Amino acid sequence: MISSDIQTVLPEISLAVFAMLALLAGVYNGKDKTAPMMVWLTSGMFVLLAAWIGYGGEGTTTAFGGMFVNDGFARFAKVTILLSAAAVLLMSQDYMTKLGLLRFEYPLLVALSVVGMMFMVSAGDLMALYMGLELQSLALYVVASLRRDSVKSTEAGLKYFVLGALSSGLLLYGASLTYGFAGTTLFSGIIAAADGGVSLGMLFGVVFMLAGLAFKVSAAPFHMWTPDVYEGSPTPVTAFFATAPKVAAMAMFARVVHDAFGGIVGEWQQIIAFLSVLSMFLGAIAAIGQTNIKRLMAYSSIAHMGFALMGLAAGTAFGVQAMLIYMAIYVTMNIGTFAFILSMERDGRPVTNIASLNQYAKTEPLKALAVLLLMFSLAGVPPLVGFFGKFYVLRAAYDAGLAWLAVAGVVASVIGAFYYLRIVFYMYFGAEQDDPLDRGMPPVLWGFLVVTAAMMLVGIVNLFGIEPLAQAAAATLVN
Amino acid sequence: MIGLEHYLTVAAALFVIGIFGLFLNRKNVIILLMSIELMLLAVNINLVAFSSFLGDLVGQVFTLFVLTVAAAEAAIGLAILVCFFRTRGTIDVEDVNVMKG
Repeated sequence: MISSDIQTVLPEISLAVFAMLALLAGVYNGKDKTAPMMVWLTSGMFVLLAAWIGYGGEGTTTAFGGMFVNDGFARFAKVTILLSAAAVLLMSQDYMTKLGLLRFEYPLLVALSVVGMMFMVSAGDLMALYMGLELQSLALYVVASLRRDSVKSTEAGLKYFVLGALSSGLLLYGASLTYGFAGTTLFSGIIAAADGGVSLGMLFGVVFMLAGLAFKVSAAPFHMWTPDVYEGSPTPVTAFFATAPKVAAMAMFARVVHDAFGGIVGEWQQIIAFLSVLSMFLGAIAAIGQTNIKRLMAYSSIAHMGFALMGLAAGTAFGVQAMLIYMAIYVTMNIGTFAFILSMERDGRPVTNIASLNQYAKTEPLKALAVLLLMFSLAGVPPLVGFFGKFYVLRAAYDAGLAWLAVAGVVASVIGAFYYLRIVFYMYFGAEQDDPLDRGMPPVLWGFLVVTAAMMLVGIVNLFGIEPLAQAAAATLVN
Repeated sequence: MIGLEHYLTVAAALFVIGIFGLFLNRKNVIILLMSIELMLLAVNINLVAFSSFLGDLVGQVFTLFVLTVAAAEAAIGLAILVCFFRTRGTIDVEDVNVMKG
């Protein structure tokens, strides 16, 4: 019994044990001198686990009396999380070294937060969900304030901590009400208790839980921490925030609404549609006035979360499939964009000002072209891959009878296209400037930038085959 | 006779006080940490009350988890606060404003 349970959670256990052993090894052997090796080891571990989970698992297994569920949906989310975390870790090395920030804790904190994310997406119980969420959040609060001699970074950590703790509190209050009125914390028990009508207390529980989850995916109106945290954190950490935790939170969102509250779609559909429409418009409009590219990416991620939520609002298996495809594409685009942002330097010092990109295409035509592809894809210009992500969620919303939501999505994406295109405009037709950005970039960043940009073009053939995978994953969640 | 609803009312009141403490407090970041703690304790009252009235132990187990996590959370919050104080020289909420949204 227990051995088969442990067999199911073995990937998570191995990663947690790895993180703890590496922590010990780091403390006793040279501390920060081991950091570059730790970065490579940790991302190697991530890739290994992704291969193990991706190729290893078949079917659905549960462990610890249903608290932990390993199904196709969890595996899809886990592989996305692990691969994006590995990519971001590799990208951060040069930047962190230059700023003297490459401490050996950094990759290990990332590893611990990834353990939390893997638990979040596999949770089959309110307790497991909460513990996974907190493991992820606590590690992320620390990495946000990793640059502890900088006012901005510590302020970002403080803001993230306070608002993250508030959102955990909301989620937990909702969980306690759900437990009380369903009589169990198991998702399978909750869905049975909610079958055929839901009491007022349970409804309160659902609303509080959704509010807490919306905080975690940074959906409007619970987005206020995002721009400040993105701007203040060191750029590699921002890149991390924009990728893996978003996938995990979104997958957890889908798991809660479908596994625990799948019987009462009508009750939460309106709430998610509202969150979605608000996030899309807020992200599109508030980003227009930004001059800092990290803040701009924060608003961009709010808008993208709105689109992903649109898939969830449909409440169907196709909606979940669309959400998974959207998140996979979003993560790829963001890795490419952040590879570029990490390489923006003037006289060897990082800059994040959008105006510094003026006439960039003149000095670096290839990189400017790559960024152009990524920006077009983020904006959802056909025929790039980003367009297909939007297309799937719009179709899911339309098929579910939410035509108004789909129309709102199209309008918001047109508004949002403005600020992505503005970056391209600066690079190609911007004002002359006598102080251009430094040329050249670390080979790792260059590789990620060019490969992701090429994926935006090549992916239109068959989206690298993620469509049937996402379909199979969604089918295990919604039935 | 004190029933379940009395416990739920107390917990709801504490939770709301915690949220108001977070948003109305303009003085000191430490008070924010106290407000967060208050919210989590309100949740604990809820869980224990439900657990007792349902005759189900899971709620009390959940409470223990929440208590543990709350302790870890407070430790990390204070650590971040110390770093912030070192660089900024103050812990007034109004001074947490280098970046504006």
